[in-house]
Amino acid sequence: MWMYILAVTAAVLSLLVGISTGSLSIPFSSIVRILAAEWFGAALPRHIPADWVPIVMAIRLPRVVLAFLVGASLALAGAAFQGLLKNALADPYTLGVSSGASVGAVLVIFLGWQWPLFGTFTLPVVSILFGMATLAAVLAFTRAVERRMSVETIILAGIIFGAFFSAFISLMIALTGEELRQIISWLMGSVAMRGWKYSGLLLPFFLVGAAVLIANSRELNAFAFGEEAALHVGVDVTRRKVIILTAAALLTGAAVSVSGTIGFVGLVVPHMVRLVCGPNYRVLLPLSLLYGGAFLVLADVAARTIIEPRELPIGVITSLIGAPLFAVLFFRKTKRKMG
Amino acid sequence: MLEVRTVSHRYGQQQVLDGVTFAVEKGEIFGILGPNGSGKTTLIKLISKELPLASGEIVIDGRKLSALSAKQWARMAAVLPQTAEAAPGYTVRETVALGRYPHQRGFFPTWTEDDEAALRDALAAVGLTGKIDEPLERLSGGERQRAYLARALAQEPKLLLLDEPTNHMDVSGQVRLLDRLAEAAHARGLTVVAVFHDMNAASLYCDRVLVLNKGKIAALGAPADVMTPALLEEVFAAPIVRLAHPASATPMFSFMPNKKQGESPVGGLRLSFLDDAAVLTAAAPLRVLSSALIGAGFQWATHFVNRQVGLGYDCSDAEGDMRRYLEQHGFPPERTVGMMTAVDVRDAVWLQKEGEAFSVAVMATAGVGNAVDAARAWQHQPLAARPGTINMVVVIDGVLTEAAFVQAVMTATEAKAKALADRSVCDPETGTLATGTSTDSLAVAATQTGQVFAYAGTATELGRALGRLVYEATVEALGRWEKRRKRR
Repeated sequence: MWMYILAVTAAVLSLLVGISTGSLSIPFSSIVRILAAEWFGAALPRHIPADWVPIVMAIRLPRVVLAFLVGASLALAGAAFQGLLKNALADPYTLGVSSGASVGAVLVIFLGWQWPLFGTFTLPVVSILFGMATLAAVLAFTRAVERRMSVETIILAGIIFGAFFSAFISLMIALTGEELRQIISWLMGSVAMRGWKYSGLLLPFFLVGAAVLIANSRELNAFAFGEEAALHVGVDVTRRKVIILTAAALLTGAAVSVSGTIGFVGLVVPHMVRLVCGPNYRVLLPLSLLYGGAFLVLADVAARTIIEPRELPIGVITSLIGAPLFAVLFFRKTKRKMG
Repeated sequence: MLEVRTVSHRYGQQQVLDGVTFAVEKGEIFGILGPNGSGKTTLIKLISKELPLASGEIVIDGRKLSALSAKQWARMAAVLPQTAEAAPGYTVRETVALGRYPHQRGFFPTWTEDDEAALRDALAAVGLTGKIDEPLERLSGGERQRAYLARALAQEPKLLLLDEPTNHMDVSGQVRLLDRLAEAAHARGLTVVAVFHDMNAASLYCDRVLVLNKGKIAALGAPADVMTPALLEEVFAAPIVRLAHPASATPMFSFMPNKKQGESPVGGLRLSFLDDAAVLTAAAPLRVLSSALIGAGFQWATHFVNRQVGLGYDCSDAEGDMRRYLEQHGFPPERTVGMMTAVDVRDAVWLQKEGEAFSVAVMATAGVGNAVDAARAWQHQPLAARPGTINMVVVIDGVLTEAAFVQAVMTATEAKAKALADRSVCDPETGTLATGTSTDSLAVAATQTGQVFAYAGTATELGRALGRLVYEATVEALGRWEKRRKRR
């Protein structure tokens, strides 16, 4: 229980820090008052300047919420991939779905597409369609190769598709002129200047994906002992595998389409949670969700404050903070086990 | 409980199972034996739905395998695989709890009291209750395999399938796992179908065994009936000997190594004397059947020690004392036949006879202060033992069957009794002719090389030579004993 309380506290604190930090520092108490006034119609105290309200509500809140959802989606997907593929190096991008989503996004920038009615929102929508198409292709290919859909085949299929799409992206980068900067900065990932629409696009995928994965924690535990063991205790192996892969891939594709390919969160957050709380998916999934979200919110805070007023790409920050943190945890845990 | 009907399976062009049909009764422990590639693991994988059933039919508890969903199957049957993949970080509790999966329903099932009871019960059955919160990787290999057995038991199956469950375990781990398994099977009416690599384990634990050879049934029945050396030799393509288990009414098996034993005719024997012992030493181990203090029963031995002890010897721990004595004098106790006597061992008689096809030798010491008429020994007062005993070692150059060993013992004993009668040795209590003393020891040893003797009774040349030599040695030993007694 304390593990959940701690994780929720960390998530709420990270959100408050995320809203509070910026060129203009807003105290926690004022944030709470503003939210209370906006959501529950409470009176806004006099000492809070009125122009803080749009800063909180229109700029910072959407940004931290998006960061939280992206971080949570990637961490959940990473945990599921690692367990199902029984591979510690698996991350949300293993299956190639993110590459597919990236191709869609880069294509939109490259061709300068703007669909009527969608406007700039064309990019995430095209991106997520590409991601889903990629998932369908990977699964269909795997199934065609082998009806059982073994883990090895899935990983190989993902690598084939991923490599193919990466080449496409490189090709477009090579051919482009003016959009180069835009493409690169999208690829490095960002949650800046997105507004509520992006969270709105991600949210349904996030809710469904998270619910499906958490509902499959017992199956994921069974898969941790190998597909054979899962079969022996009565798991409908092939069906469950497809369900879990689809849920995790949709989470990934949706997250990539709204924020670009932010690395490290999906790989390392589940590992860190596992080091502290054990491998049981009943606990691992909810905690990965909370810590993944919190981690990305804080990474975003660092990305926009380190060399203010310029912003660093968030994908760089996640690795800059994440790698040493992971190293320390891993070192201490392993030492303790040996000692 | 389990019916397998004309099941065949092929991997590509290779036929691994070919029309296999058998049925397993409820509560049976059913073993599947066969060499590598005989199809045993394939058979288990077909029953456990790991491989699709292409031809034939499998019925579990009246229901066709093909009609069962994964969960339905797992409520009826459980599998203990050869080696389970390790899942780092999981505790014993979490591992065993997975066994409740087929009984849980809904998206977010709660852990019920039934689940907890089944988990506790399974852990108790395998003796891991105390390790419930240990991480799996901190358990020994045997304990881990027992944890997986507990997971299978937590499924509360009617049928348990095992694929070489003790493959990577040490002896104590194997015995514990199999004992637990047999217990659980009996207590729960569980049907067990197990693939065995080890013929001895199969023979000890199975009610019936199925012997597979090249995908076909080679034999099916109780281990004692079907596991004949001839069949096993054919199936496993290796020379195999069958023995009787000393404590269980089941056959035991060993290999016949293809190694030449060194030539060790009776002439290779050497008789030597210590201060208080006559020692016979063989150049190569001899197979011995004896009633000696040390190394009784069937044994392989290189040393025969006939130790002299005083009249007032305290025999409360004769065996332990003899063992220490052997160790002090550098005799390996596991390869030595040790006897005791109050007779002066310098009077030991050593006779040899070379036949045309064999040679026999006898070492004897005799004293008859304790002579007994076996037919009237019931008239004796208990504890009326006096010093005086006849110890004898008979060595035969040749291969003796077990029957020949027993006949050699009979022949030697009869010849000894006749020697006593001819020298008119009487039982002092009954006044009748004595047949031996109350503490006689006999060892019959054979080189187990050269000619094979199926019998050693008096109908055979070997038996006749043996009887004569034992008779002469006993008479001579008795003469020496009497002479020494008169001198005193």
